[in-house]
Amino acid sequence: MKPFSWHFIRVWQRNRDVFFRLWRSEAPGSIAEPIIILLAMGIGLGAYVGLIDSQKYIEFIAPGIIVSYAMFSATFECTYGSYVRMEFEKIYDAIIATPLNVEDVTAGEIFWGATRSLMTGTLILAVAAAFQLVHSPWALFIPLLVFLEGIMFASIAILFTSIVPSINSFNYYFTLFITPMFFFSGVFFPLSSFPKIVQTLSWIIPLTPVVHLSRALINGEFQLQLLWALTLIIALTALFFSISLVTMRRRLTT
Amino acid sequence: MAIITTKNLTKKFNGLLAVEGVSLEIDKGECFGLLGPNGAGKTTLVRMITAVSPPTEGSIWVLGNDLETHSRQIKAVLGVVPQHDNLDVDLTVLQNLMTFARYFDIRKKEAYRRSMEVLGLFELENKRDSHIKELSGGMKRRLIIARSLLNMPKIMILDEPTIGLDPQAKHLVWHKLIDLKSQGVTQLLCTQNMEEATTLCNRVAIMHQGKILSLGTPQELISKYAGNEVWEITVNMEEKKKIINKLNRRGLSFDVIENKIHIFHARADKLAIELIISQDILRRRPATLEDVFFRLTGRSLIE
Repeated sequence: MKPFSWHFIRVWQRNRDVFFRLWRSEAPGSIAEPIIILLAMGIGLGAYVGLIDSQKYIEFIAPGIIVSYAMFSATFECTYGSYVRMEFEKIYDAIIATPLNVEDVTAGEIFWGATRSLMTGTLILAVAAAFQLVHSPWALFIPLLVFLEGIMFASIAILFTSIVPSINSFNYYFTLFITPMFFFSGVFFPLSSFPKIVQTLSWIIPLTPVVHLSRALINGEFQLQLLWALTLIIALTALFFSISLVTMRRRLTT
Repeated sequence: MAIITTKNLTKKFNGLLAVEGVSLEIDKGECFGLLGPNGAGKTTLVRMITAVSPPTEGSIWVLGNDLETHSRQIKAVLGVVPQHDNLDVDLTVLQNLMTFARYFDIRKKEAYRRSMEVLGLFELENKRDSHIKELSGGMKRRLIIARSLLNMPKIMILDEPTIGLDPQAKHLVWHKLIDLKSQGVTQLLCTQNMEEATTLCNRVAIMHQGKILSLGTPQELISKYAGNEVWEITVNMEEKKKIINKLNRRGLSFDVIENKIHIFHARADKLAIELIISQDILRRRPATLEDVFFRLTGRSLIE
């Protein structure tokens, strides 16, 4: 594996410039959906849900909605977004003929994906706060959490992008990985409602530890278990980030 | 002095040899042409020299540095014009140049100055705020060449730079390339346009099936493989065999294309008189690089 260098910032800047040139066509959609889900599920479904500790359902799901949609942002950016830039627009080919190397391009894409995650997560947090769903000043660490989460999901996404034969392959990524994770990571219902085996599995899928940390930060309630969650996120991030540097080099320099 | 040296450069794709044992020395300040039919390995060779494709075997030295260990420094002084357009379609013309300059760490003010300069050079100033999809094919090509000059390259790597250009634009590009060469910029040019190679290149290498078949100045190659003049005669089918026999007896080199025969190294002698008398159509013309190309790589389509 070759390391990336600070040059990655050039790719990040390029993506930032394009995003802010076109944000009107992208950003409102990506922020409207989580708010609709939060309100529809929280208020609509919430009227039928009684939680044990008298917490309102909308308060229960808000921390998970924040990190789930942060995940979606990084994931869309580094699957469809990166694939289009790589295969259709041939932008990476142009960039790697400059002093930037493949690793810089890959890292730039990942950090940009994480930045999208940061933007989405922070915006939903602000909306949740406006609805008085945030109860602890620890929530100020949420942007940090969603950025780290963004690096993790962007790395996994770019790894997948670097090996898929066609853009249609992303259907599998979403239907078999992202969507199940959305439902089995404790966003909408506590994991304790599932059989033991599902609970165990749920602890190793990458979104679960993020949901737990988010809930802890927003409610200001911490347990020792969370240390395991943070360790898991950091380990998965380091692992997928490193592998993606290798697979991306293989893809782009044949 | 060699500015690019390749030693025994080889590239295999799934066991298939795309480039086989190519050793080249490209001198500082020259325009070096790579000629060859589709699939000859030109683009693969160029991709290796621009550090985007690792060689299977062999080594590449640019400006005295090993490309494998110094790719970043070397790429900083290359101006690359790829065969396929890869402009940034999400950005306008000027933004394309500014963004590209930033990959080379050129400061904003200087990047703007250079961007406007290269736009002027290729007569694209009034397109500065256009989107890439609004440009014609020729404009895109010119913009790509303009883009390759932003870092004031010491070496330009040009993969079919004038493909798809109309004659006006083609000559504009040729003129600029000749200018740049006179300023000391070394050029490695892949082309299938023989006129382009003759106009621009100090030396050319003819490539076929991954190997360099012959190398020299265009004039050297023409003299060696085609002579000064080529005669083209049109024959009917009955005479064809007779004439071929006659040419063979005299040990002349020639090519038969349907009902046409090209005779190389042709001299005015008794044969000429015989042919002129017996044939309706005989055309005498100066030999070109195209004759060399055909003689070395054959006439059948290679796919």
